[in-house]
Amino acid sequence: MLEDLSQKLEATLKKIRGQGKITEKNVTETLREIRRVLLDADVNYKVAKEFIEKVTEKALGQEVISSITPGQLITRIIFDELTELLGGSHSELKINASGVTVILIVGLQGSGKTTFSAKLAKRLSNSNRKPLLVAADIYRPAAIDQLKMLGKSINIPVFSLDEKNARKIAENSLNFARENGLDTVIIDTAGRLHVDEELMGEVADIKQLTNPQEVLFVVDSMTGQDAVNSAKSFNDKVDFDGIVLTKMDGDSRGGCALSIRSVVGKPIKFISNGEKLDAVESFHPDRLASRILGKGDVISLVEKAQAHFDDIEADKLEEKLRKNKFDFEDFLKQIKLIKKMGSLSSLIGMIPGISSAMKNANVDEKAFVRIEAIINSMTKEERRSPKVLNGNRRKRIARGSGTSIQEVNKLIKQFAEMQKMMSKFAQKGFQNAMMNNKNFKFN
Amino acid sequence: MKLFKNLNFDKLRDGLSKTREKIVNKLTETISGKAKLPAEILEELEEILVTSDIGFDTAIQIIDEVKIKLKSESDRSEENILRTIKASLVAVLEKSNSYNEFLPDIEKYKPFIILIVGVNGAGKTTTIGKLAYNFKKSGLSVIVGAADTFRAAANEQLEIWAKRAGVEIVQKKNGTDPSSVAFETVAKAIKENIDVVMIDTAGRLHNKSNLMEELNKITRVIQKQSNNAPQETFLVLDGNTGQNAVLQAEEFSKVANLTGLVITKLDGTAKGGVVFQICSKQCLPVRYIGVGEDIEDLQSFEANAFVDAIFSTK
Ligand SMILES: Nc1nc2c(ncn2[C@@H]2O[C@H](COP(=O)(O)OP(=O)(O)OP(=O)(O)O)[C@@H](O)[C@H]2O)c(=O)[nH]1
Ligand SMILES: Nc1nc2c(ncn2[C@@H]2O[C@H](COP(=O)(O)OP(=O)(O)OP(=O)(O)O)[C@@H](O)[C@H]2O)c(=O)[nH]1
Ligand SMILES: [Mg+2]
Ligand SMILES: [Mg+2]
Repeated sequence: MLEDLSQKLEATLKKIRGQGKITEKNVTETLREIRRVLLDADVNYKVAKEFIEKVTEKALGQEVISSITPGQLITRIIFDELTELLGGSHSELKINASGVTVILIVGLQGSGKTTFSAKLAKRLSNSNRKPLLVAADIYRPAAIDQLKMLGKSINIPVFSLDEKNARKIAENSLNFARENGLDTVIIDTAGRLHVDEELMGEVADIKQLTNPQEVLFVVDSMTGQDAVNSAKSFNDKVDFDGIVLTKMDGDSRGGCALSIRSVVGKPIKFISNGEKLDAVESFHPDRLASRILGKGDVISLVEKAQAHFDDIEADKLEEKLRKNKFDFEDFLKQIKLIKKMGSLSSLIGMIPGISSAMKNANVDEKAFVRIEAIINSMTKEERRSPKVLNGNRRKRIARGSGTSIQEVNKLIKQFAEMQKMMSKFAQKGFQNAMMNNKNFKFN
Repeated sequence: MKLFKNLNFDKLRDGLSKTREKIVNKLTETISGKAKLPAEILEELEEILVTSDIGFDTAIQIIDEVKIKLKSESDRSEENILRTIKASLVAVLEKSNSYNEFLPDIEKYKPFIILIVGVNGAGKTTTIGKLAYNFKKSGLSVIVGAADTFRAAANEQLEIWAKRAGVEIVQKKNGTDPSSVAFETVAKAIKENIDVVMIDTAGRLHNKSNLMEELNKITRVIQKQSNNAPQETFLVLDGNTGQNAVLQAEEFSKVANLTGLVITKLDGTAKGGVVFQICSKQCLPVRYIGVGEDIEDLQSFEANAFVDAIFSTK
């Protein structure tokens, strides 16, 4: 199984030796492909173009170390830049320590405002705030009922008036909050089109009347090219503070987030990923970046592994990888781990950079069984320092594992190659991923 | 019988055209008087198409088609380029019968059952309200079934629409099995000799297999009472949606026998260009477009107007 894989690697290595620097020419193909990937992910046409141009400009002339291609390097750089751009000025909600904090929720029709309002209320009440939900959507049929039902299900009061005046509802809700000892007012507004002057005027008025600490723009992650227009108009009108990306439990690539960030420069503050009221998360730019690029998801690899690795093991492995001390003992552990985590092919697919090189490598999962048998037939000493594996020892191992001497030889040779590869990789990707992961926890 | 009289596409065109102005003006400038199609014109075309959400590959395909067509022609005027590209686009839509005006054929099937499906917030319930109103206006009796028993106040929302349209509604408690609502609605329609049944379903993302299975069940339950039912299953797509709509159409057609599309929210600046891919890949006609939140804001689909709006400078 490692055969195909190392062949592929070798071929790639040969092809790229001597390509010392990123030049316009040696990344053209890759950039064309990345542009297509971005457009397929719904990144706006202009935004994609500018983004690629800027990154390329910055990357031109960069040294390419011999283990990767200029194309791979620029992909990596694009991934990093994308992560940075998406994350940027990541910031938490501004919440007043005393007095009433007002959060105004705005966006297009059906984007998920009402659902998110309730989610936010629940989240804030979990952190000991006392939220009030305000039903300021006087247009959509049963919008007020919807918010009331959601509020009831999470035990959060809902303020509404029997009056078709959203400005007044919003304004009066502040007094209601003060009188009732509630400290966080979340105003759910009607969905509106950015070209609807009248309704845009209404939401601007509501902002003025309630003076919110946070105005959040709620956007459906499935949105296409037009996201730039709606986001820009909303931003011009209400100068929102943050973005909420909804329906992320779907399989959209979420490129609209890059478009919006590029156009308005506001941070993405929350991810909404389900219809249930606890389906809300803080935003992780690297996850979205890999989703947009459709590349293997480093983070989910790391998280998946995390469930099975305890921290110490991970540290040890990382250390070994870095010091090039990865031995057959570790290899065996890894095989066991991989078996626990799912198929090897799926794991390989999750590692960016490596996935492109090995995408087509046929990973024969059954070969693991033989490899395991071979390693099991080694003594502890042999596993730790494969150097001692002379002819006699190899014969014994072949017999013991019910394999052939050729197979044993092959494994030892391939293992040596893999060690090399892993140490290189460890210096780059995996290590970073591991390190980063320490700052990540599910929430 | 004409269902929608006084079709008025100004509202659509108004919305669709605002951001085009600059691009098309530029296009006009660059094109006039040129003998060849220079790179920058092709790029402008690419931009117009891609920003309509048509998809990168489809955009390239259409442009290549136009290049080939124009090769053999001496007329490379701005009008001709636009005419050629529009014709290519309209052809895609017409191949999937999108120009046909749709009306329930109650001579053939009664009750005529329409199932409405789509992802969350696409505009299903609103579309049902508008359709009910239009069907009723054209002399058909209508009943709607509130088979979204999941989302908060989905019931109440459809109830208000039914009232506005003046049609009957079947609804049950939240949390009821949606297929039982569908069943009862059809039963009632048969008993009371009602012409058209429309079943509203809960929004569901197409990658959730359990929810998709539920749709399948609704269909099966409807079929128990009525052969060939549902006669139509409309997938409602939010006109703002990008390339994900292609997946939506693919996945929904696996669990439901989709017969048509409704594109909503085209009163904004989004163009809904992704339908070209869906029309050509799955040969699904676009039945209606939603152009607002009022009961009258539904129009029959008209391929030429839709394509014009993508390029319109007005
Ligand atoms: N799967 C999924 N569905 C969501 C998410 N957020 C909202 N929804 C659903 O999307 C639909 C629309 O949500 P709402 O909260 O009503 O949207 P809204 O923006 O308030 O809609 P309007 O008030 O009509 O503009 C509902 O079916 C919600 O259950 C999400 O993160 N994931
Ligand atoms: N501007 C505009 N808004 C629309 C149109 N169609 C629907 N809407 C709005 O979009 C929002 C969602 O519409 P619904 O009909 O509730 O959508 P749905 O698909 O039934 O939503 P769920 O049942 O929650 O999945 C509402 O605010 C509607 O008023 C349209 O054509 N134009
Ligand atoms: Mg709402
Ligand atoms: Mg609905």
